[in-house]
Amino acid sequence: MTSLLIIAVLVLLGIAIWQLTKIFHLTQLGATVREENTEVANDRDNNVNGYLMFGFLGFIYIFTIYSMVKWGHLVLGTPASEHGPQYDNLMAISMWLIFIVQTITQFLLHYFAFKYRGKKDNTAYYYADNDKLEFIWTIIPVVVLAGLILYGLYAWTNIMFIDDDKEEALYVEVYAKQFGWEVRYAGEDGVLGKANIRYIEGINTMGVDMSDPNAQDDITATELHLPKGKKVIFKFRSQDVLHSAYFPHFRAQMNVVPGMVTQFGFTPTITTDEMRLDPAIMDKVSNINNIRSKKSADLIAKGGNALDPYTFDYLLLCNKICGASHYNMQMKVVVDNEADFNKWLSEKKTLGVAVKESQAGDEPHEVEVPMADPANNIDQDTIKATVDSTAVAQNR
Amino acid sequence: MSAVGHETHGEHDHHDAHDHHHKDTFITKYIFSIDHKMIAKQYLITGIIMGIIGIMMSILFRMQLAWPEESFTIFKVLLGDNFAPNGVMRNDIYLALVTIHGTIMVFFVLTAGLSGTFSNLLIPLQIGARDMASGFMNMISYWLFFISSVIMVISLFVEAGPASAGWTIYPPLSALPQAIGGSGAGMTLWLVSMAIFIASSLMGSLNYVVTVINLRTKGMSMTRLPLTIWAFFITAVIGILSFPVLLSAALLLIFDRSFGTSFFLSDIFIAGEVLHYQGGSPVLFEHLFWFLGHPEVYIVLLPALGITSEIIATNSRKPIFGYRAMIASILAIAFLSTIVWGHHMFISGMNPFLGSVFTFTTLLIAIPSAVKAFNYITTLWRGNLQLNPAMLFSIGLVSTFITGGLTGIILGDSTLDINVHDTYFVVAHFHLVMGISALYGMFAGIYHWFPRMFGRMMNKNLGYIHFWVTAVCAYGVFFPMHFIGMAGLPRRYYTNTAFPLFDDLQDVNVLITMFAIIGAAFQLVFLWNFFYSIFRGKKAPMNPWRSNTLEWTAPVEHMHGNWPGEIPEVYRWPYDYSKPGHDEDFVPQNIPMKDGEEQLHH
Repeated sequence: MTSLLIIAVLVLLGIAIWQLTKIFHLTQLGATVREENTEVANDRDNNVNGYLMFGFLGFIYIFTIYSMVKWGHLVLGTPASEHGPQYDNLMAISMWLIFIVQTITQFLLHYFAFKYRGKKDNTAYYYADNDKLEFIWTIIPVVVLAGLILYGLYAWTNIMFIDDDKEEALYVEVYAKQFGWEVRYAGEDGVLGKANIRYIEGINTMGVDMSDPNAQDDITATELHLPKGKKVIFKFRSQDVLHSAYFPHFRAQMNVVPGMVTQFGFTPTITTDEMRLDPAIMDKVSNINNIRSKKSADLIAKGGNALDPYTFDYLLLCNKICGASHYNMQMKVVVDNEADFNKWLSEKKTLGVAVKESQAGDEPHEVEVPMADPANNIDQDTIKATVDSTAVAQNR
Repeated sequence: MSAVGHETHGEHDHHDAHDHHHKDTFITKYIFSIDHKMIAKQYLITGIIMGIIGIMMSILFRMQLAWPEESFTIFKVLLGDNFAPNGVMRNDIYLALVTIHGTIMVFFVLTAGLSGTFSNLLIPLQIGARDMASGFMNMISYWLFFISSVIMVISLFVEAGPASAGWTIYPPLSALPQAIGGSGAGMTLWLVSMAIFIASSLMGSLNYVVTVINLRTKGMSMTRLPLTIWAFFITAVIGILSFPVLLSAALLLIFDRSFGTSFFLSDIFIAGEVLHYQGGSPVLFEHLFWFLGHPEVYIVLLPALGITSEIIATNSRKPIFGYRAMIASILAIAFLSTIVWGHHMFISGMNPFLGSVFTFTTLLIAIPSAVKAFNYITTLWRGNLQLNPAMLFSIGLVSTFITGGLTGIILGDSTLDINVHDTYFVVAHFHLVMGISALYGMFAGIYHWFPRMFGRMMNKNLGYIHFWVTAVCAYGVFFPMHFIGMAGLPRRYYTNTAFPLFDDLQDVNVLITMFAIIGAAFQLVFLWNFFYSIFRGKKAPMNPWRSNTLEWTAPVEHMHGNWPGEIPEVYRWPYDYSKPGHDEDFVPQNIPMKDGEEQLHH
């Protein structure tokens, strides 16, 4: 069906070209009487294309306005981290600047192209240089950019430089592999145990060095929970290729590099539940659910299964090409109140215990160990999530 | 062959060329030619063919993005049952298409196709030289380019797929066949092809630099060079400085892949086993890659800007505004381009302090760029604009250069880069500022110098249609991408509907794809016009655009040595358009100054 449509479009395009050539040709009929067509622009061409230039200016403006009205709401809304508003502010300033400069320069460019379109008897004004003018438009960008650079560097320093000693922070390791994420919390001692992929064995899938005393109380999970209002310092590791940990709603991103530990820190300020009540997010969710229900109707008509309705969740996405299923490498991020977060964390087994238990069993199986604790609902959810994501990865 | 090349050179400077010109056979004239004009045409045709492949690929993956995982007959036909089972594109083949599209467009079309064509054509003709400094090396340069193109195309037929690690081929993904199928034989061919390409590019660039420095005709001082030549010259210099670094990166990657070294790899656990690599760093590769990769942007863009400077001045019938400022901008851009590579790596894990440094240098580059844009606009002011297709494409270039360049302020700012890095915002930015702009420069150059290359005119009406549809579609494709980028949609995603977060971006993707298909379809108008006009176009006069530069003083016939008699001597700069005191609105460079005529520019 779609290919038929495309063929139809191509045929129509062919007709359009043919007709357009005719029109252009007709506009030159008068000219061909007087002089032979030399394939060099004559006054009529200058006139037609001059007006089209002016029209194109209109196209740029209208398309810009149309885009902002139609797609403006798609842009990420309320930031959910402490540095987010500062980021958004800098972005807004830069955007305003861009829009102003864009509007003015495109106007001048296309308006001049229209206004000074050639006529046979006109002569151009010989104007080769003007030091004052050139100085002005060198110095204006210098001043404006100096301002932007200073603000940008101030924000950059605030966001990126992490003082490990000073801050009371939660340390979380985010571990990437083709095509999924795992997390490890530092536990009660607040220190992550050493790790290297050479220690990977059984349920110790992140290669934590179990002989390191700091590692015993570490807690692993397959869903990232964060406490609201507490600085979280992420340490990123990858076991295979480059990945990038991208938290769009928190204005945070850092590449995950095999063979080294990278870091990024931010303070979540809005819990998942609060974000679900954000008006922009509510609009977005209902919009997406409309789209999904339409798609579901189509799917059911074709004998497929309906799509699940969407509820908002923060996501951690992979944003560095990492292989075939790169597009589906994501993890749910849950921001809770500190109390809820602590409760969730305390219900988890420490890595030391989990490893010992799995070694105690005659046949250590990766999946069996968490299954041994069926009372824990959250764990079961996470298992489901894990199995799901691997299933998707294998299908592709 | 080199002996022949030298002979013609030495002799031509003193005698009329025709009487003792060696007989060209078909092979020496059209295939292993050492004449720069023929080599330029060879570059152009090869570049156009590669361009067709590259753009076809983009249409294929745009269709996948708009209608994810749907079955298309065209996929079945072009990709085959292996790459597109039942007509549904495989997800790793999507990445392969994206990778090869990027590689072909950046290197094969916009570096070799653009710079190779016009540097070869224009450097000898515009500086008044018989040929390049070394015609033989020039020929080798083209044939190495041809071989590398062939190898790149061959890599498309590897069973496990061609290179699929993105055009930046970051290891470990590009080093490990276990990580993605395309990193096997496909990547090997990619690396071999690129190594040969770099050799070709270096030979070309060395030739351009030597020619510009040594073979200028009498009176052609550096400040009388057309801006095209300045652009090609500086482009060649940054090519010589930066391409060897990519070669070293490619060689080290070949070592890692084939000989078990660990330059870029460390601590890898994949497919259930620990690999032996230890101590290398992928970030090192990123540094080496972008040390070329960023200058590469300007290697692509500067020739296009040079071409438009010339075309805008000619068709405005006005001197280019601020000739010296334009040269200074080219020099500043070239210098800064070599110290900004880190802005591709703000969040690569390198020290954030470096991020601050690179933010600073990157935003500095906006200054010469802004000067260039303002100077173009002022050149139009009070001109007598002859809106030929080449002129339209040049104005279009200034428009997309501004639109795309402005978003560079956001991406060059390390803070703002955090959240738009590797999203569609980046895709929109660089396609407008270097992809579309450079393509416009290439089209402008083709329309403008077609008469010089083939002795015939291209049809202007088809040219107008080509421009207007392309201009609308280019904005139609890339403007909406800013929005889906700011919605957080990462690039290089096979589909954005695998999870619900981006479901609302799907109709934008469909619109983008429609514009892309229409825009690509209208390139057929150009292709028809180009190939038809080579054989059946209207015969061109010697100087159809009434231009000042020396190439229009040479006869159209194919002739090794360019001018039948003496090489023209140069008496003035190339931009004496509409100069008061002259009857015509142009004064070619080889016209001596009148008695009492003053130089009116600085």
